[in-house]
Amino acid sequence: MPRQVLEDTLTADSIAADTALAASGDPSAFERLYRSHVARIHTLVRRMLDADETDDVTQEVFIRAWQKLSTFRGESAFGTWLHRLAVNVVLARRKSVGVERGRFITEDEPLHGATGRRETPELSLDFEEALARLPEGARQVFVLHDVEGYRHDEIARMLGVVPGTSKSQLHHARMALRRHLDR
Amino acid sequence: MNDHWTNRLSEYIDGELDNEERLALEAHLATCGSCYATLAELRQVVARAQSLEDSSPSTDLWPDIRARLTPDRRPVVTRARHFSFSVPQLLAASVVLALLSAGGMWIGLRSTKPTVTANQNITSPPPDYTLASASRWRTSTDAAITELEEALARNQGQLDTATVRVLRQSLAVIDRAIAQAQRALKRDPGSNYLNLHLANTMRQKIELLRRANALASQS
Repeated sequence: MPRQVLEDTLTADSIAADTALAASGDPSAFERLYRSHVARIHTLVRRMLDADETDDVTQEVFIRAWQKLSTFRGESAFGTWLHRLAVNVVLARRKSVGVERGRFITEDEPLHGATGRRETPELSLDFEEALARLPEGARQVFVLHDVEGYRHDEIARMLGVVPGTSKSQLHHARMALRRHLDR
Repeated sequence: MNDHWTNRLSEYIDGELDNEERLALEAHLATCGSCYATLAELRQVVARAQSLEDSSPSTDLWPDIRARLTPDRRPVVTRARHFSFSVPQLLAASVVLALLSAGGMWIGLRSTKPTVTANQNITSPPPDYTLASASRWRTSTDAAITELEEALARNQGQLDTATVRVLRQSLAVIDRAIAQAQRALKRDPGSNYLNLHLANTMRQKIELLRRANALASQS
């Protein structure tokens, strides 16, 4: 067995064991799960929300995971389960913030005028910074579809829109981001 | 550039056009350099998205998370002779027992409840854990595991069947990890990584067995 495959297998089993321990109430096992998954969850949250919310929402994801671990049936990998939980927490946050602030993003809002290919200071932005500057709706569709691999019908259900809106937002996001490809 | 076709380029990349639309778009691409160039850029965007890397938070979030964990767990059910509460409640009870084990109250509990006396010092590999000491440490750990398993076999009748099922599933996962590590060690006995992984996995088994026995002793 190649060493990398072996280590991946051992890691997966170690995570499964820690998941079982954490579900039985072991905080040390849960800390190990946190350490091995925090980068992925924190990055997902940062890309989906404003930067100043990232730490708070990441903490909320892990606290919710701890509370819900007893419902984890092991039908998927722990990482997959945690990731889906994180998406739900983010979208719930989006909904509550949207209500508090009013709908500050509309589906047809121009993407900061970034659909052209003009020479602007934005060209100096790196790809992640450009992604963060997308309007919220387009950003979330782009992250869920192109980064995280969800399908349009799944995204439409999560965001409460029709699949056509998800496709349209994705295309606008891609058109805007093509100006910020690393060259 | 043709806006009608440009707006379909993402669907084309994602394979979401029907056959007729796809052929029509490809015919357009053959004659429109602008759309062809845009298509290439959009493909680069998709590829770039898939190559983005994760990054850890700049500050350690764990202390704040840890501080909020235990109070949010479900309340511990007050002790009842007849187990009629749920698995999550039983497992939550084990958290309290684990916390008590760190203090004097645990000592008091040990004097009044059936407990397991397997080597209580074995919780993790020693700080100076080395290849030379690995075999000795595992021998003593094996003995502790055997004792804890025997105790659990005696005590598990005091747990409800759902709890026993969860415990068996958890132990099966850990046993599988131990077996894999042992097989790997046969091929590469000098691997520090594998030796430490095996030791940590055995430690996890001991912790779970202790927790299960403690849970049973609460009945």
